[in-house]
Amino acid sequence: MMPESSLVKDHYGISVKCGAPLLRHFNQSSLPLHGNTNAQSAFCTQQNVPECLSHINQEVSSLGLRTIWTELDESSDLNVVTVLNCMHDLIQLHRRSLRTLENMEVEQLKSSSKLDYLQLSTTRLKEQLEISKRENTGLLERERQLQQKVKSLQNCLKNEKEEMQKLQNMIASRATQYNHDMKRKERDLNKLKERLSQLLVDKKERKQAIDVLNNIGRADGKRSVWKTEKTEAKHEGEMYKTLLSDYDARQRDLVLENAELRRVLYQVKNDMVSLLRLKKLTQKGVQNERDGTQANSEEEQEEEGFDLGKELFSVHASEKLTNSIRLQWRRLKSHVEQLDSQVSLAQVNAGKSSETTPRENHEEEVDKLKLEIQECKDLIQTQQHLLQHQLSSSCDEITSLRNDGYMLQEKERLRGEWKTLEGQRSIFERERKNFTEAAIRLSHERKAFEEDRATWLKHQFLSLSPCGDPKKPMLSNPTGETELNLQLTQEKLSEFLSDSASTPKYASSSSPSTVDLHHALHATPENLLNKPKVKTTDTEESRNLWEDFPILQELSEP
Amino acid sequence: MNFSEVFKQSNQLCKVSPDGKYLATCVQYRLVIRDVNTLQILNLYTCLDQISHMEWSSDSLFILCAMYKRALVQVWSLEQPDWHCKIDEGSIGLVSSRWSPDGRHILNTTEFHLRITVWSLCTKAVSYIKYPKACQKGLDFSRDGCYMALAERRDCKDYVSIFVCDDWHLLRHFETETQDLSGLEWSPNGCVLAVWESCLEYKMSLYSLDGRLLSTYSAYEWSLGIKSVSWSPSSQFLAIGSFDEKVRILNHITWKKIAQFEHPAIIDNTKTVYKEIEKRPAVSSDEMSLHDITVASSLFSTQSKYDISPLPVQIPVVKPDPDRANPKIGVSALAFSSDSRYIATKNGGFQVHSLNWHCSGDSLILIGKDQLCLCYMDADQNNE
Repeated sequence: MMPESSLVKDHYGISVKCGAPLLRHFNQSSLPLHGNTNAQSAFCTQQNVPECLSHINQEVSSLGLRTIWTELDESSDLNVVTVLNCMHDLIQLHRRSLRTLENMEVEQLKSSSKLDYLQLSTTRLKEQLEISKRENTGLLERERQLQQKVKSLQNCLKNEKEEMQKLQNMIASRATQYNHDMKRKERDLNKLKERLSQLLVDKKERKQAIDVLNNIGRADGKRSVWKTEKTEAKHEGEMYKTLLSDYDARQRDLVLENAELRRVLYQVKNDMVSLLRLKKLTQKGVQNERDGTQANSEEEQEEEGFDLGKELFSVHASEKLTNSIRLQWRRLKSHVEQLDSQVSLAQVNAGKSSETTPRENHEEEVDKLKLEIQECKDLIQTQQHLLQHQLSSSCDEITSLRNDGYMLQEKERLRGEWKTLEGQRSIFERERKNFTEAAIRLSHERKAFEEDRATWLKHQFLSLSPCGDPKKPMLSNPTGETELNLQLTQEKLSEFLSDSASTPKYASSSSPSTVDLHHALHATPENLLNKPKVKTTDTEESRNLWEDFPILQELSEP
Repeated sequence: MNFSEVFKQSNQLCKVSPDGKYLATCVQYRLVIRDVNTLQILNLYTCLDQISHMEWSSDSLFILCAMYKRALVQVWSLEQPDWHCKIDEGSIGLVSSRWSPDGRHILNTTEFHLRITVWSLCTKAVSYIKYPKACQKGLDFSRDGCYMALAERRDCKDYVSIFVCDDWHLLRHFETETQDLSGLEWSPNGCVLAVWESCLEYKMSLYSLDGRLLSTYSAYEWSLGIKSVSWSPSSQFLAIGSFDEKVRILNHITWKKIAQFEHPAIIDNTKTVYKEIEKRPAVSSDEMSLHDITVASSLFSTQSKYDISPLPVQIPVVKPDPDRANPKIGVSALAFSSDSRYIATKNGGFQVHSLNWHCSGDSLILIGKDQLCLCYMDADQNNE
């Protein structure tokens, strides 16, 4: 039992290690000890056996094994068989777990090794991939270069072909030319041969001959001379003379041209020197002026040693001139560059007054000048116009006189017409006045007539009505008067109308007057109605009557 | 402008005398001398055969009539109509005949260019010049009439002989650098002789009066070369027209090219271009009979006027047949105006036979096959 117990102890130690925390409060001191037989006493003692038993029971049941002790057992002693079985089971369980652990470790080892292997292989493959990519790009690059080469070679080929074509064309044209010439020569040769054969056959040979009636004199009248050595020498001399004269003339021209060019160069140099001198003085301060004057004095010395008349024909002098011109040109160039940089600086630093004000001033001045110019131009133009006008007016006297004559005639005509118009107007005025007066009179009379009529009618009605009217006898006279008045007004109206009919000329002037008349005629009953004239009570009564008897109104209205 | 009546002539032999007083025309075998102002016939000479060539002497006293077929030359005098002179070349034949500048010697070139015979009318003497070269322009007199340059060919080599025209004394004889000399021309001042190669090579050589080689000029190789050459009247410029349709101007100091003019098919850079516009009159055929039509077409010749064409102008180009020799491309005629300000050039196959400037330098005559045209220059025009 001892080894088992020791085993149990060992296992117990281990199970305690990975065991439940329930055991902690039982034996904390025995936790880490392997094979510590003394730890056995820590968990289970004589006193706490049943607790231990129950505890172990719980544990075992929790592990799924048969319980070792049930409370229902009669004897408190442990059933050794069950305990052994339980122990065996535990041991089996433990072994199984160890095995699985081993397997798992093995598996883990395997997987880790596999992982390592895979990692290695991936890195290797990545490297390979990199290498192959690089190779690919290299190959693409080469392909591109080769294609370019191919293109350039094709171009070359095309050019060569074109050149070859050109050369072929040239050769062809030359060949045709040669052939043509050859054929011509051959034809000539044939002709020559024919001629020769003809001449050889032909016995009759015609000799050359000249047949002149008489010798004629030489063109220049002189006698012809024999050909002698003297004449030959003379000819040679003459030939050389012509050549020499030609060369002389040419040389003279060239000398003149040379002198002119030198003069121009000299002038240019002087201009440049003066320009630079001015610039130097204006730009740099007093201190530099001294330097400038020094430099100027150097130049002056140069110039003094430069007498144009003497040095025209020496090569050394011309070299000096060109060198000095080059020097001045370089100076001018640098100066212009400086100015350019200055201007650009000034443009950049717009705030600097010292450099911009002169420009502004300059611009202002320019504008002012432009305005002045414009004004002057305008003035000149107006003056020109006036002058022309005057000239034209003074020159065309005859035409102006003629024009005046025409104008006088026109004026006379117009004056006469004006007079007639005035007369007509006065006549119109008079007529109009008459008409208006007549119209007014007519309106008055009509008014009176209407009043009388109204009273008469009123009296009629009153007479007709049963009520007597004390005013009846009074109204008889007014009615008679009204009748008379009516007749008079009727006559006047007819007169007026006849008058108006007899004067159709002044229709234009009559129309307003007739309008006035109509107006006046229309106006009278209105006047009667609206504005009661303070004449007699009759009018009032007549009004009242009209209001009462609208028939009267109708009658009164024409 | 008035026109005279139409006179007959043959062979286009119609020349005014150098002093401008007489007009000589040839009709078949007759030589007619007229007064220029009145066109009255002053003299009438009869030659022995159809006249092939007629030339006035420089002093307007004598006229040369050459009959190539019969190898005869007859000389007539204006002052003495009875005077006669006949030169018979005999069996040796006659290919060309011309006066010397003094008007007293006649140079006859025999058939096959075997020799040149110099006949003196003063002394009846004869001189012979051997081996003349048969080329485009193998003989040239200097302007003052003192010297004569002759191209010779011996042993397949080109030579130039310079003769003094006074007594036909051989002044210089030198070999040229050309393979196949095609022409030579004196400069107007008589000091420089321009010698050029045949068209197979572009080479212009310049020799001084005493036979020294001054310079050579070659614009390009292999293509067809020089077609026409002209000196400016001041002797300052030498214009060379070539088959590549360009004119190159050399200066007399360095003999190098100072200017080059091209004849492109599309003109874009000149000031004015004048284009001839022809207007053919419409002939209605239902009205006229055939006779009328022919008469009308001969009377109403095509009227043409010149319009200013707007730039750019396309010139109609006719491509010449490349298989034929002496193709009709290139600058074939050059003419300087008398003050050396203008040069007129003819390029291509246009139907212009000759260009001649008026001595004042203001107008130019273009002579075509059937027509002639006068161009007047304004002060600021530049007609190309």
